[in-house]
Amino acid sequence: MDTFVQQLVNGLTIGSIYALIALGYTMVYGILRLINFAHGDIYMVGAYAGFILANALGFAASPSIFGFAITLLGSMAIAAALGMAIERFAYRPVRKFSKMTTLITAIGMSLFIEYLFVFIFSGTPKAFPQLLPNEGYTLFGNAKISTSQISIFVISILLMIALQYIIFYTKVGKAMRAVSYNLTSAKLMGINTDFVISFTFALGSALAAAGGVLTAQYNPKIDPLMGIMYGLKAFVAAVLGGIGNIPGAVLGGLLIGAAETLVVGYGGYIGIPSTYRDAVAFAILILVLLIRPAGLLGSNVQEKV
Amino acid sequence: MKRIFLTIGLIVSMLSSFACVQKGGTGTTTSTGDTIKVGVYGDTTGATSSFGQSTKNGIQLAFDEINAAGGVDGKKLEMLFEDDQGTPEKAKTVISKLINQDKVIAVLGEVASSNSLAAAPVAQEAKVPMISPSSTNPKVTEVGDYISRVCFIDPFQGSVMAKFAANTLKAKTAAILGDNSSDYSKGLTQFFEQEFTKLGGKIITKQTYAQKDQDFKAQLTQMRDQKPDVIYVPGYYGEVGIIAKQARELGMNQPLLGGDGWDSPELWKLGGVSLKPAYISNHYSADNPAPEIQNFVKAYQAKFNVAPDSLAALAYDSAKVLADAIKRAGGTDSAKLKDAINATKEFPGVTGKITLDGSRNAVKPAVVLELNPEASKFDFKETIYPEGMTPPTTTTAATNGNTTTNTVSNTNTNSTANTNSTK
Repeated sequence: MDTFVQQLVNGLTIGSIYALIALGYTMVYGILRLINFAHGDIYMVGAYAGFILANALGFAASPSIFGFAITLLGSMAIAAALGMAIERFAYRPVRKFSKMTTLITAIGMSLFIEYLFVFIFSGTPKAFPQLLPNEGYTLFGNAKISTSQISIFVISILLMIALQYIIFYTKVGKAMRAVSYNLTSAKLMGINTDFVISFTFALGSALAAAGGVLTAQYNPKIDPLMGIMYGLKAFVAAVLGGIGNIPGAVLGGLLIGAAETLVVGYGGYIGIPSTYRDAVAFAILILVLLIRPAGLLGSNVQEKV
Repeated sequence: MKRIFLTIGLIVSMLSSFACVQKGGTGTTTSTGDTIKVGVYGDTTGATSSFGQSTKNGIQLAFDEINAAGGVDGKKLEMLFEDDQGTPEKAKTVISKLINQDKVIAVLGEVASSNSLAAAPVAQEAKVPMISPSSTNPKVTEVGDYISRVCFIDPFQGSVMAKFAANTLKAKTAAILGDNSSDYSKGLTQFFEQEFTKLGGKIITKQTYAQKDQDFKAQLTQMRDQKPDVIYVPGYYGEVGIIAKQARELGMNQPLLGGDGWDSPELWKLGGVSLKPAYISNHYSADNPAPEIQNFVKAYQAKFNVAPDSLAALAYDSAKVLADAIKRAGGTDSAKLKDAINATKEFPGVTGKITLDGSRNAVKPAVVLELNPEASKFDFKETIYPEGMTPPTTTTAATNGNTTTNTVSNTNTNSTANTNSTK
């Protein structure tokens, strides 16, 4: 029993990270109908920004909650700026062309960021400093949880609540919902759609960066290609929950994380070797597309032709 | 007009390529006259980039020393380095470039066995000798007679750790967490299991991960229930550091065992104090007081401002073995050079005396090192000799001659080091 609880804790930890990244995918899709493939790389940039900040400001030497908070917020701000810049200089100029053009631009952007970072920092994995005093707590029996895992749960929940507040209780949130409903009409109603889109990218990127710093805190190894797999899994999570649907992204992330871990833990008993953990996420994607294309929480809207 | 220029250009380039082919074919000295070009490839920007960096440094140091002493038969050695980013596909590309474009007379590399395995057929086909400094998977030199190595191989390395676990640590049960994407790790897993079982131990669970994975808690949690005495993690440093950290977070305090893939300065930053208790099998110990080792350590430290890991030491040895072979072959004719390399016997290297056996593998003892994360170094624990090789009575200090031939002359045991070891 404690093994099961332990596996669940492990799974939900990664799941929370997937959820944070999936939120960015889903928001951008909701507004632009664009899969922003560079999103996983923003998660990586967030981790690197945290790495540089923590070392430059000297938080790496002495773990403290203050240092961790500054690093987290700083890297979220940097990633938000980067997200806005990518939207402004890469996506906005091609937005008037077909969806396919933007999609291909996004793939190019993703590769560009990855190899720019390989060029600057080399592909050598870097060790992320310990920013929080790491301690283990026993839940019950043999099931343990560490400070970095607790911080992942607490911070991702706080960020999701904040996001929910922004979207449903602020003016800009209302504008976001309007743009996502219909971009052209929103524009005609006097909403500054360029600003709203920019803001969405900033929001999504900040969440991904938070995911990056939290993961790096948990698994202290960062490298320029770390965003590829996490990005893809988060994308699957977004599709699973129903792309464009915010609670769906969170649910999808948690489900994928848990499914993956349980496959490693118990797959052996039903003949699935632990090596298939990555395949599971994609098997889920295919099943969802076959059985319920709109995702778990997505509404089945008839496409206007 | 344009077309004429194009035609002339094409003809000229064709002629020049013929010229090169001829040179390669007749196998005289290299085109540049007073330098000998040696290709080196390795990973300096990928996931195992500290391996490539150490290898490059080790070879550079050896070449500098050889050139400062007048070169090989009056010719300077020149290193042409190519980065393969740690992927087998790139390794194949860069070795083709080194051989076909740069016309190197020999190639030194790679560290990771999967990359060496991808590149070796290219060297074999072009009949250019390739010496791998540190790929330990047995399949590497099975590619052909132009491929050799200066390190021991995994059947021996895996059995060393199994012996250490069973005899020194008195372990009865072990768990294995292997890297499913590397030939190196798969080989070690297999040979550790064979030997450990033979010594009366039991492998209670085997789990795998893939390189670049970030989270290992699921596999570790599964192991925790079965309470193994030791955990064998035959992977590369990038993942091992995290595995150690996550194992300790789960309250697993068993000794972790590993191989030479752990040997990197980055390991300490990733794993920190979690890397204790832990032991690895390795090629040499920088603590060894033998003067040739200490001289190497000092020279390396002075040049690169970092302590040499075993990969640097092996790379240094591979370069010295190559230079020695060129001297014995009396030139760089590829067939003669290959024969000279394969006939290497009792070569006094930093990592021990190097003798290549019939399968072009070096037969050498291994050392077991204990990790000391507080000082970020590996402490010497014990030396384990291959079957049939008797420990020398004195240290290898200052024996440049062949005073100990009797100990190594009849050892074909490397690939079968674990066949007759029930004692």
